[in-house]
Amino acid sequence: MNNVLVCIKRVVDSTGEVVITDDGQNVDGRYAGFTVSAHEEAAVELAVQISAATGGTGALFTLGDESAEEQLRGALAMGCTAATQVRADSSAYGPSDVAREIAAVVRDHEANGSSHDLILLGNDAADSGDFQVGIRLAYELGRPVVNGASTVTIKDGHAVAGVKGPEGHEIYRVPLPAVVTVLEGGVEPRYPSVPGRMKAKKVEIEVREPAGAPTGTKRVRLTLPPPQPSQVQILGTGPEAAAAVVDLFEKLGVLR
Amino acid sequence: MIVVLVETDVTGAVEVSRETITFARGLSASGGGVPIDAVVIGDLPCDPTALAEQLAAYGVRDVHHASGDAFSAYGGAAWAAAVQSVRDTTGAVVVTAAGTPRGGEVLAHVAARTGVAMAANVIAFGGLAPFTVTRQVVGGSAWEEMVLDERPAIFTVAGHAVAAEEAPSAGAGHLVEFQPEVEAADLVARVTSTAEPEPDLSGSLKGARVVVGAGRGAGSADGFGELLDLVGMLDGASLGVSRVVTSLGWRPHHEQVGQTGSRVSPDLYLACGISGAIQHWAGMASSKTIVAINTDEEAPMVAKAHYAVIGDMHEILPAINEEIRKRKS
Repeated sequence: MNNVLVCIKRVVDSTGEVVITDDGQNVDGRYAGFTVSAHEEAAVELAVQISAATGGTGALFTLGDESAEEQLRGALAMGCTAATQVRADSSAYGPSDVAREIAAVVRDHEANGSSHDLILLGNDAADSGDFQVGIRLAYELGRPVVNGASTVTIKDGHAVAGVKGPEGHEIYRVPLPAVVTVLEGGVEPRYPSVPGRMKAKKVEIEVREPAGAPTGTKRVRLTLPPPQPSQVQILGTGPEAAAAVVDLFEKLGVLR
Repeated sequence: MIVVLVETDVTGAVEVSRETITFARGLSASGGGVPIDAVVIGDLPCDPTALAEQLAAYGVRDVHHASGDAFSAYGGAAWAAAVQSVRDTTGAVVVTAAGTPRGGEVLAHVAARTGVAMAANVIAFGGLAPFTVTRQVVGGSAWEEMVLDERPAIFTVAGHAVAAEEAPSAGAGHLVEFQPEVEAADLVARVTSTAEPEPDLSGSLKGARVVVGAGRGAGSADGFGELLDLVGMLDGASLGVSRVVTSLGWRPHHEQVGQTGSRVSPDLYLACGISGAIQHWAGMASSKTIVAINTDEEAPMVAKAHYAVIGDMHEILPAINEEIRKRKS
């Protein structure tokens, strides 16, 4: 039986135009909407699969303001059964702050007899791209950590993680309890069913105060990259442009 | 002192590591010419002496080569222990690496062990007092200026933030062999086996000379025939796709180019039916020549491309393929 904790974060959906808030401190999500990172969606799917396969539980963690409940409910609808929210302004929390808050929840749950023997996180958040929270969490808890796994299974008390490494498909086998950060691509996140959504609405979310004051993100300001003027040369329209395209291929020397 | 974690292949230091050393030279110059040392770890795929000579040309002083049983298989914590050992013995005030998965992982371990902040994917540095850097966030669609006021300052350098260039005057390039002490806890998470990667119809996407990219405009899983024909007719070409293509299940994830897929920098990127969302752009922006084929002449990919053809890829690609066959015959 494996109890899995998945850490997710409410982030601005940045597939469209990115707008910076007037104070230069955040991405403005008022028009774009919010979501969770693709890596975290994969982590939720892995948690649901692992907990189902081992008869354990899949629980969620997030740090954010009350609006982050939307992302928790969405992940609950995928099959997780419990959720904890540290209610705080996530923009004030740096990677080490977030790792400390997750560790505090894990320790409290353990003290109350509810352990999380596998903690999954996204490899990096779509907004901040820090690449650090999972590793910092592992050091906080004194647990082994595997980074960038696209597959995770449990065997004989160990997490077996598959990572696409520079020399091929790397396998890690680490004893539980452990921390694993997840890359999308190994599993297909499920689409929540209607019964799943109904069930998710009824789950009571554990809301907590932060364990400590944030030390911050070291951010000075956000800016948008300067726009690059278009210098495109139109080669033509429709199939008639084929000859010009092949001329270009010849010029670049890329024809086999 | 600046310490750079260098990744290697059979040719020596990989390009992104040479870019990182080039970036570090700028930092060194702004600090009055502090030395740059490199760290390489484990059984190298290249000759260490030749590597030291190569890095000397980039201005590196000492090349610290960590070896021993602890590094017979990759493990992020053990590698971090080696980097930290060099940092401690040299008193380096900056530790950096290329913004690869491995570079980011090892430096995040170093940051956690030393309890200081880390900046990922840095593209520029500002003042040294305080030490400020600018890095890519939100998949490259925004820049963050941040302060690294602790020591060592730890950051990874985004791919292609600068071009790799040899130094005007070479460094010493001394090869320093060492065997750092590694705690047992640092060896718990390490590679236990390596399998051949799953069959990859896209070929070696990351190193491809040409990438034929396809997006939603492909229309369906059956819409890739002409694209694959073109891949077969171009030298060193691979198929790359946008995230929507993998999300719809039309093509496998290992073919995905973008923020959460592969990052490529081919001589030619042919973007067929790809609108040019920032997440995709982040993965192919460093392509030398970009050609867009798109029905929408206002699409971001068209605006950013060097060349464009306006129209339906399903009409244009067969014509291109036919033209190539005609010229070959």
